[in-house]
Amino acid sequence: MSETTHDGPVAVSAPPSPDEGLTAAELAAKYGLSVSGARPSLFEYVRQLWDRRHFILAFSRAKLTAQYSQAKLGQLWQVATPLLNAAVYFLIFGLILQADRGMSREVYVPFLVTGVFVFTFTQSSVMAGVRAISGNLGLVRALHFPRASLPISFALQQLQQLLFSMVVLFVVAVAFGSYPSLSWLLIVPVLVLQFFFNTGLAMIMARAGAKTPDLAQLMPFVMRTWMYASGVMFSIPIMLEGKPEWIATVLQWNPAAIYMDLMRFALIDGYGSSNLPDHVWMVALGWAVLFAAGGFVYFWKAEERYGRG
Amino acid sequence: MADQNAGERVPTVIADELHIVYRVNGAKSGKGSATAALSRILKRGEERGVRKVHAVRGVSFVAYRGEAIGLIGSNGSGKSTLLRAIAGLLPAEKGKVYTDGQPSLLGVNAALMNDLTGERNVILGGLAMGMTREQIKARYQDIVDFSGINEKGDFITLPMRTYSSGMAARLRFSIAAAKDHDVLMIDEALATGDRKFQKRSENRIRELRKEAGTVFLVSHNNKSIRDTCNRVLWLERGELRMDGPTDEVLKEYEKFTGK
Repeated sequence: MSETTHDGPVAVSAPPSPDEGLTAAELAAKYGLSVSGARPSLFEYVRQLWDRRHFILAFSRAKLTAQYSQAKLGQLWQVATPLLNAAVYFLIFGLILQADRGMSREVYVPFLVTGVFVFTFTQSSVMAGVRAISGNLGLVRALHFPRASLPISFALQQLQQLLFSMVVLFVVAVAFGSYPSLSWLLIVPVLVLQFFFNTGLAMIMARAGAKTPDLAQLMPFVMRTWMYASGVMFSIPIMLEGKPEWIATVLQWNPAAIYMDLMRFALIDGYGSSNLPDHVWMVALGWAVLFAAGGFVYFWKAEERYGRG
Repeated sequence: MADQNAGERVPTVIADELHIVYRVNGAKSGKGSATAALSRILKRGEERGVRKVHAVRGVSFVAYRGEAIGLIGSNGSGKSTLLRAIAGLLPAEKGKVYTDGQPSLLGVNAALMNDLTGERNVILGGLAMGMTREQIKARYQDIVDFSGINEKGDFITLPMRTYSSGMAARLRFSIAAAKDHDVLMIDEALATGDRKFQKRSENRIRELRKEAGTVFLVSHNNKSIRDTCNRVLWLERGELRMDGPTDEVLKEYEKFTGK
């Protein structure tokens, strides 16, 4: 189909060089050319990702700021939104439905607010993860960077969002008689573990969402089911009293419930270790490592395919 | 690899029987209703509701160091798709692209956010292109000066959504052109801004060409192709129709388009 010319320094066919007769692959090998868009090794991928750490952070902060930049109150909404959220849940579950079985008001209100915030952290990371690739195809098709930057960046954005919510949470805890103590320091490892879990989950969802964008429609229902099964607004052991014990154990060991319970244990005076399942820290660590490592490898396996369709 | 003999031609990009296929969801039939979607799902077939667009069909060429290659062809002939495939941004359906180093597309638009100030967008865009914070800091003033955004007041500290479309386009080009590239690909970037800015950006592109090993330029402007390129690839319907020196190919192309 192509007509090639034979004169001039730029003619394509019959170049006066010893390269004639080589196939494309041999020519590429001779001059050390590599396949464009090939997937880097896992180690190399981690290194590339580390090089992009400033971009990942800047992107997550930019997304966070851009969220409320049109509102008159501006960044104040970072705190006002979780506060209103907590107020709505308190109105419905605390006052109307009275789901605070077996707990005093001093424990139940911070219990509920902690649950809502911690679960929202995972929930919004998943939702952002589903759209991380499919919602940013323009970026994926225009620029070169390890694609894992996107889900990690979105998980990081949710972490920063949660830090604003923590301010509200501290106020609520103090208002209901749980004062700052040494156990509050446990918040840090809990947040770190949950962040790793969320990031892994976001990467899994990002790959799934890149292949099947329909997941973005389906996930809200899955997440809501998960929320009600994780004891966000009620205590699992008390709610399941009389049922076989293993159901409560399974529910309590699911990652969302684990991180919520640990956070409540750290924050609330009246929420002792008797409320925690066995081996709770090991399970929390296990979920974080399993999902972060597994999610990362799973995401990396399809690295060269993101951007199609 | 690299510098052996001065006379030897070193390939920088090799395309080998390259095919690119887009998959578009939910565009199989003309009907977009829910019932149509359901019946598509119920019907058998491996890829339901997916329509394939075969954008590039078996293109092969070798690009050498020091060449400036123009890509021409009518709208939808696969020029931009081919560039993205060379950059490794679109996966190939069949065939392969071999490149020397990392080709980069001159385009940063997608990373910028309208709700952020111009200032933060310069930093974000630079980071997205893989520059370090120090490099951005060193070039920040150049980028702002080049864009000319601050000529009419302190606009760089305002959100980008407040810019006129010309101003936004200038800032985008300035950010994108701030980085040095090995293999550089430019997709219709010369058409932005007013006359003065166009001149400035043409100069910048010539500079970039000197620094880059190989330059690809997509344009519908035959004059800017003639001014900047020494070789032209003519694509039509995803196939390479002609490949040769600028003058010859442009003569045939102008005959084809009836000019």
